[in-house]
Amino acid sequence: MERKKVSSQGLKIIVCIKQVPAVPDVRIDPVTNTLIREGVPSILNPWDVIGVEEGIRLRERYGGEVTVITMGPLQAKEAVIGALAMGADRGIILSDLTFAGADTIATAHTLLAQIKKMWYDIIICGKLSIDSETGHLGPHLAELLDIPQICYVKKVDVDMIERKVIAQKEADDGIEVVEAPLPVLITTTNSLNEPRLPTLREAVNARRKKIEVVTASELGGDLSKYGLKGSPTFVDKLFRPPARRPEMLLQGDPKEAVEILVQALLNRNIVNVRSRE
Amino acid sequence: MVSKTEIGGAEESASYKGVWVFAEQKDGNLRGVGLELLGVGRRLADRLGEELVAVLLGCGIEELAKDLVAYGADKIILAEHELLGRYTTETYMNVLAELVYKYKPSVLLMGGTLNGRELAPRLAARLSTGITADCTDFDIDKDGHLLQIKPFSKLMAKIKCRTKPQMATAKPNAFKRLKPDWSRKATVIREEVKVSPNETRTRVIEVVKTTNSIYGNVEEADAIVAGGRGLGSKENFKLIHDLADLLGATVAGTRSVVDRGWLPASQQVGQSGKMVTPRLYIAVGISGATYHTVGMQKSEVIVAINKDVKAPIFQIATYGIVGDLFEILPIFMDRLKKEYQEGVDIEQPSEQKPSNPY
Ligand SMILES: Cc1cc2nc3c(=O)[nH]c(=O)nc-3n(C[C@H](O)[C@H](O)[C@H](O)COP(=O)(O)OP(=O)(O)OC[C@H]3O[C@@H](n4cnc5c(N)ncnc54)[C@H](O)[C@@H]3O)c2cc1C
Ligand SMILES: Nc1ncnc2c1ncn2[C@@H]1O[C@H](COP(=O)(O)O)[C@@H](O)[C@H]1O
Repeated sequence: MERKKVSSQGLKIIVCIKQVPAVPDVRIDPVTNTLIREGVPSILNPWDVIGVEEGIRLRERYGGEVTVITMGPLQAKEAVIGALAMGADRGIILSDLTFAGADTIATAHTLLAQIKKMWYDIIICGKLSIDSETGHLGPHLAELLDIPQICYVKKVDVDMIERKVIAQKEADDGIEVVEAPLPVLITTTNSLNEPRLPTLREAVNARRKKIEVVTASELGGDLSKYGLKGSPTFVDKLFRPPARRPEMLLQGDPKEAVEILVQALLNRNIVNVRSRE
Repeated sequence: MVSKTEIGGAEESASYKGVWVFAEQKDGNLRGVGLELLGVGRRLADRLGEELVAVLLGCGIEELAKDLVAYGADKIILAEHELLGRYTTETYMNVLAELVYKYKPSVLLMGGTLNGRELAPRLAARLSTGITADCTDFDIDKDGHLLQIKPFSKLMAKIKCRTKPQMATAKPNAFKRLKPDWSRKATVIREEVKVSPNETRTRVIEVVKTTNSIYGNVEEADAIVAGGRGLGSKENFKLIHDLADLLGATVAGTRSVVDRGWLPASQQVGQSGKMVTPRLYIAVGISGATYHTVGMQKSEVIVAINKDVKAPIFQIATYGIVGDLFEILPIFMDRLKKEYQEGVDIEQPSEQKPSNPY
């Protein structure tokens, strides 16, 4: 495993961000069975907006630098510009056809190759991305970097002297207060913060900032681990979800329809069910 | 380290055998999702002609093995250590990884609880294998590979994994447990595990238990009234609460509704919300996107109210009413009130029922 890279002044913060379709129901490429992202209006994944905000707040409190990284098609630049407008210092986009069609493991290896070249104290990932909804990337990356992870964080403080993070996180039966030494990876929840909205001027200025674009050959590493080829999982087949046989579809007079429904429910002895609790 | 193996290709792949279910326990109690996974795991193991193994980690939890046998396991791998008494991602992952290296299971299923969602993906990265989150069904193809089934856009996808073990998670309630058979016999293998305190770099300093929300637990509800974007506004959503109160039902909604802040995330039903299996599910102003229906289609009776006759929800509804919800709901509620007033053997809503938050 790599040597852990910890900086000594302020916090080096990396936020992993993803551009996602603005509409929840996107189409599928019939050849590769992957989601068609090109030409679909996109936004910065809402959980990652929270991640960028938290990165900036940590920098405001403890000093340091916030870098956002995304892997995606060149149009994902818009997501990086959005993060720069909020106040991130540096934006990197990993973009190459080699990276396309990646599952979470392949995405983690791609981000890993970049992050290994950098200094970092805290890595922030979103709770999940709204188009694939796995939330797997954070834990994958923490393992590949061999650093501790704290997922579903609601509040985070840093002890700069002992160089550790103290965080409140969601647990199945409440909240846990957890600490871990730097460097650490955390994932967001929506109670972590209320993200700022950049002003028009900030949005305009962000467009002038330089964004580093990294191709596969520049990234290096084991190219066989990237993209569709490097993905252990793949969509084999798509099918229509099976329909249940509807018993009745009532159209027309609402009073009559309701009467028929209520009778049917009464016959099945089902209108007086009570909650199990 | 186990190297990456092409499915059906490399010889090593063939040496991976058996279906494993991680049986998560908390404070000495088994989580229900482990028993549910044993139910579907049984079917997969039988199709493969291989063993169904439950893996149980903890401290002083040997007793729980009996339940795992009754719910379908052929074999239990039990690892006890005082450092496994309380869940920590790194220690649990290290122990599970060692067990996988040693026994080489072909399939590894884990529950999508909060802990499971931290543990499973980290373990997959350690094992250099793939993982599919929140599957709603599983099957075995003709070559003996696991088909991991979950919604993908408007369709359902069969996902395969080129590497072993083939890992997947499923949410609570996605599968049914088998009827327990207390006469079943199984072997219990006790694993001596070496665990040291500094393996876990994260340390829990405090646990603050929170009480359940006033909304009630959708995963355990017998009756659910769910609202969708068709309600139009948070104010209108009160209609859903009123109907639920009348029926003694729990309130739920779609992701659109949660995104708009009309309901807390705890009440979201579907792929990225909760899986529910009530006796009665009333879907009001819900279109019936696959991502929603995977979470509620196992309900006993589904009632749908929607003004669009083409809405996909009508394909899975037991009873559908095509019409304007603002017209239908008041009539429906009046009719129910009449029923409850006249009904002799129908009790009034009980007191513990969550109160209307409005
Ligand atoms: C990865 C991923 C995960 C997702 N997970 C989930 C999930 O867990 N749960 C979930 O619910 N969704 C989920 N979604 C979103 C899902 O795809 C749909 O967008 C969502 O379920 C639609 O919600 P809806 O039915 O409330 O809204 P819409 O699809 O907008 O439907 C509203 C319906 O209301 C009807 N209507 C409008 N006015 C009236 C009226 N006056 N009277 C009667 N009917 C009326 C309309 O005809 C329409 O059918 C997910 C999406 C993605 C990409
Ligand atoms: N292509 C990507 N580039 C950068 N970060 C990503 C990418 N995909 C996912 N992430 C990060 O991982 C989180 C969880 O995503 P997912 O595992 O897809 O649900 C997101 O909120 C991002 O922080």
